[in-house]
Amino acid sequence: MLKEGQVRIPSGCAISGIFCKSGKRMSGEAIIESIRIMHDRSNGLGGGFAAYGIYPEYKDYYAFHVFYDNHEAKKDCESFLERHFDIINLSKIPTRKIPQITDEPLIWRYFVTPLHTKLAESQLDEDEFVVKCVFRVNTEINGAYVFSSGKDMGVFKAVGFPEDVGRFYRLEEYEGYCFTAHGRYPTNTPGWWGGAHPFALLDCSVVHNGEISSYDANRRAIEMYGYKCTLQTDTEVIAYIYDYLKRKIGLTELEIASVIAAPFWQTIERMPKEQRQRAEYLRNVFAGQLITGPFSILVGFDGGLMALNDRLKLRSMVIGEKDDMVYMASEECAIRIIQPELDRVWSPRGGEAVIVTLDEAAKAAYQSRA
Amino acid sequence: MGIAYIYPPYEVVRNKDRCIGCRVCERQCANEVHHYSEEAGCMMADESKCVNCHRCVSLCPTRALKIVKTDHTFKENANWSGKAIQEIYRQASTGGVLLSSMGNPEPYPIYFDKILLNASQVTNPSIDPLREPMETRVFLGKKPKQIKRDKNGNILPQNTPHLELSMPVMFSAMSYGSISYNAHESLARAARELGIYYNTGEGGLHEDFYQYGANTIVQVASGRFGVHSDYLDTAAAIEIKMGQGAKPGIGGHLPGTKIVGDVSRTRMIPEGSDAISPAPHHDIYSIEDLRQLVYSLKEATNYEKPVIVKIAAVHNVSAIASGIARSGADIIAIDGYRGGTGAAPTRIRDNVGIPIELALASVDKRLRDEGIRDDVSIVVGGSIRSSADVFKAIALGADCCYIGTASLLALGCHLCRSCHEGKCNWGIATQRPDLVKRLNPDIGSQRLVNMLTAWNHEIKEMMGGMGINSIESLKGNRLMLRGIGMTEKELEILGIKHAGE
Repeated sequence: MLKEGQVRIPSGCAISGIFCKSGKRMSGEAIIESIRIMHDRSNGLGGGFAAYGIYPEYKDYYAFHVFYDNHEAKKDCESFLERHFDIINLSKIPTRKIPQITDEPLIWRYFVTPLHTKLAESQLDEDEFVVKCVFRVNTEINGAYVFSSGKDMGVFKAVGFPEDVGRFYRLEEYEGYCFTAHGRYPTNTPGWWGGAHPFALLDCSVVHNGEISSYDANRRAIEMYGYKCTLQTDTEVIAYIYDYLKRKIGLTELEIASVIAAPFWQTIERMPKEQRQRAEYLRNVFAGQLITGPFSILVGFDGGLMALNDRLKLRSMVIGEKDDMVYMASEECAIRIIQPELDRVWSPRGGEAVIVTLDEAAKAAYQSRA
Repeated sequence: MGIAYIYPPYEVVRNKDRCIGCRVCERQCANEVHHYSEEAGCMMADESKCVNCHRCVSLCPTRALKIVKTDHTFKENANWSGKAIQEIYRQASTGGVLLSSMGNPEPYPIYFDKILLNASQVTNPSIDPLREPMETRVFLGKKPKQIKRDKNGNILPQNTPHLELSMPVMFSAMSYGSISYNAHESLARAARELGIYYNTGEGGLHEDFYQYGANTIVQVASGRFGVHSDYLDTAAAIEIKMGQGAKPGIGGHLPGTKIVGDVSRTRMIPEGSDAISPAPHHDIYSIEDLRQLVYSLKEATNYEKPVIVKIAAVHNVSAIASGIARSGADIIAIDGYRGGTGAAPTRIRDNVGIPIELALASVDKRLRDEGIRDDVSIVVGGSIRSSADVFKAIALGADCCYIGTASLLALGCHLCRSCHEGKCNWGIATQRPDLVKRLNPDIGSQRLVNMLTAWNHEIKEMMGGMGINSIESLKGNRLMLRGIGMTEKELEILGIKHAGE
């Protein structure tokens, strides 16, 4: 059977996210419970989590989470990493043996910073250098796969039901201000761990429910800007689009949402002149980044979380708020199970981005903490 | 007669029981096929003059007429077809180059017909275009590489010169001279009503049509006929014609007999003089020269209008397109080997160039591989026959399609391929006033609008069926295509999978 990336696999899914605006750190317990309740939306062929604010002691270093098929791949990858990075710390990612999760690869974590000489030589900024290195490992080192590469955040994913994946990775032992989760329902899968979600690049992570009809148009457009879609999944291409628009073009989250789930022309025509001109401009310039077909996504980024539906809202998505907490999930039950009392619950409209970020005080605290 | 005799290819079949002797057929046929015989007391036909244009058939009030292919035959020969034999007879008689009109009719593969589309089932819903917005608006031109913001951080919409279309189809270049005043008026009015563009071709722009300038693409070809500053200023875009799919590598020749009255004025050449477009532009012998013309035209129009460079699809089309993309052009138009013409040497038309599907796929890929696909839009033509062809072209990577033959068919053309004779009974490819007036621009433009409105409905249905609600998400979306009955190599060039994969 072909591995993920050699074949395109459509899938349905469940997603959930929890965000604390005041920056209070919480354990991974709640997110596991939230995604567990939507058990029937996944089929045991992939689950995963992204967690933000979990590595305060290493917050200035890129945290690489890597799957290895074998020791040979590990050796090759580590030698590559040593040539390009200062490795501050490395260890196995702690896991718990449970019968529901089997066939695990070697799972390692590295806290790294680019070697000054290599960075200067490459004439790239730090982030771009890291992205290039991640792509090189994933495409050139057989059996090695970097699935998380941001600072002060990490992705944990596997083949299995998401609640089992959470227990496998001992997620309850991590503390962060934001968690997202994904349960996968692929229509067929070779069961490769790298193919599970979230998909992440630098600090941006994406969990996604849907099957986008614009996939190949988006893929071919984004590959022109140096990205390589090795997994052939919607989530991967959405993550790259987000990264491109944010890091390379400099769009804000709200502008990114209005590119990938662009307002309809009939809506644009009713806008006041200046707003209309900007909306027209974005649709013209970033036509290749428009995403059509059903999707609901949660995009985690440094200090924030964005929920977005396709412009027709062909996938469910509910938002709940309670004090400084914001919950986003495919179904309301996934929110109620962890927070029965909510100040507000609503379903955002198609194409309407819900963006939450850390309060100023929390942001400052995260930046200054050691 | 005798050694030079060629048996007429068509027979005019008249049902004597139905014929009422009204003589409409006689009045309508510019080729003088029909006449009334006092002696016999009935209509007679000289089928040797018949071009099979169906004018008489269409206007016969009693349906007494039909045209059939003759069953007169040579001795069967798989190698020496009747056509091949007769062409030799013709050349042996005249010593001339064979001339033909309209696109290559030979039985080469038609790749559009070997491509199938996808549709949504279960995992992703199809979208009903009658209930939900379904968007077909496209922009042609360079995409800005960066965004700029004002001091409050708002994005400044600094658009590069571009064209905006309500749907991804335009009328391709057909000159005033090769087609009639009324045909041009029909195209211009339809373009305006549809929110798309028509193209003047290389014959200049009649002063009556300056009012349609906002929907007009003006052409600058090797003969430079009718090019002056008002002409450039009036247009929405300027097209440099480097080549034409029906006759790659050669120029054009409009005989002096057609250079009469307004045609002569519009082309800015004396009445009765032949209008000869040289094979190359004599100021463009290489790519760096093209760059100079592109920038001369931009300079002349204050960098406000997009410049299109039109080329014929030839073997190394992707390398040529890459050069054009780097020459400052905003749009590349590629014309496939089945593209139409008002007249071309038969051997050139039927043997030179490559299919547009393959040219498009390789150009789109090459420009993406080089990272310059955003620097140009791609428009393809020759031959786009239906909304399905448009759809497949967009999914292969085109931004827009040019239609020529299809638009003439909407105006009444019956594809008799005799344009070069100048006696078009439908009032399209002729300058004879009595024939031109047969084409009513009110009706002509309405029929063009009808056709493209129908196509747009069909495009929306197909998009909706695959769960796409905006045309930009179809562009280059080759995963929505599958080939059928193709070789590995053909699939590789088209960048698509085989059906079942």
